[in-house]
Amino acid sequence: MSEERAGGGLIIFGTFIIGLVLSQIPMPDMLIWARPAWVVLVLIYWVMALPHRIGVGSAFLLGLVMDLVRGSVLGLNALSMTIIAFLVLVLYKRMRMFPLWQQSGLILVLVGINQLLFHWMQGITGTTSDSLLFLLPAAVSALVWPWLFLLLRNVRRLFRIA
Amino acid sequence: MSLVVTPLQWLVDLPSRAADNLSGVLVSRTTLLSDNERLRTEALQLERKVQQNASLMAENIRLRELLDAGQRVDEPVRLVELIGVNPDPFQHEVIINHGSEDSVYDGQPVLDAGGVMGQVVSLSHYTSRVMLITDARAAIPVEVNRNGFRAIALGKGVLGELELEHVPDTADVREGDLLVTSGLGGRFPRGYPVGIVGEVVRDPGQQFVQVRARPSARLDKSRHLLLVGNKPQVKEIPAEVASE
Repeated sequence: MSEERAGGGLIIFGTFIIGLVLSQIPMPDMLIWARPAWVVLVLIYWVMALPHRIGVGSAFLLGLVMDLVRGSVLGLNALSMTIIAFLVLVLYKRMRMFPLWQQSGLILVLVGINQLLFHWMQGITGTTSDSLLFLLPAAVSALVWPWLFLLLRNVRRLFRIA
Repeated sequence: MSLVVTPLQWLVDLPSRAADNLSGVLVSRTTLLSDNERLRTEALQLERKVQQNASLMAENIRLRELLDAGQRVDEPVRLVELIGVNPDPFQHEVIINHGSEDSVYDGQPVLDAGGVMGQVVSLSHYTSRVMLITDARAAIPVEVNRNGFRAIALGKGVLGELELEHVPDTADVREGDLLVTSGLGGRFPRGYPVGIVGEVVRDPGQQFVQVRARPSARLDKSRHLLLVGNKPQVKEIPAEVASE
């Protein structure tokens, strides 16, 4: 049992790393605003699927790594991701019952909250913009969600992570 | 602390590096021949310019001696490679493959073949972050090459656009003027091209003229960058003085 858990941990870690890499891969200028919030999506999935293992603490650590990768002020992503993880911990029982399109709607709201929090805090530290384009990733994330959900669920079942 | 994510940055850069290598391997003979030809003519032309350069430099030194002005020193330059771009559209930053272990320092100017790119803003052991001159937080002291008019060029957070701040209505700035670094402020060395004035809007209702410029460096395309200057050794001098 304990061996299985450790292996599962590695798989979860791997999906987070892939999410981080996807969030860093260079994109053409036109698409730069439309990048899905990969790391947040992966985090939401694992919190929803395994709330007893992935929670606020893991979200905080992941947020710190995000801050280091993005070069933002240390703690910005950590705070917004902690809040998202908390919201999912509150909502996960309902989210599991939702059909996929309804989950996507919720993802739109959750990633939107994440973007908004991050944008506010970034505004405090100096970088601002008056356009609402920073909310675009929320919409794209909602479109990507059903596929990502099915993919990660298959991964979870394949490796029997529980 | 960002040492932790250095492997991740390498991993992100891996596909584009592999693609570069692949396109280096899979190149046709005719392309190589024509490239060779083109580079040869280019080298010839550059050599011709350098020939003149030597005599001009000697002349410059003589004139400076006459004026009793300080000598202009040639800054040492190091070639570095870009390994990452900040995905956040609000921050115009790139990541280069040299860090504090390679004696890069905070505030070091970065150029590409076209002109000034930006400056180093944060260091890790093996990588460092470069803030481009178009970032909303960036400002760079410039002068108009034609007449020496000084101004400060601000980044606006829009790629490919700079704005000159507080230019009076009577200032002689025209479209097409070359802006070069003025060397004031002590961060960027003097005389490197920064941008070309693209638009001058004189609105009688405004206090200042709106001057927009295009950066002459290829901010979003260059992969090979140049780090200029050596680590300033200000701290070591007082130590020597103290020991004497």
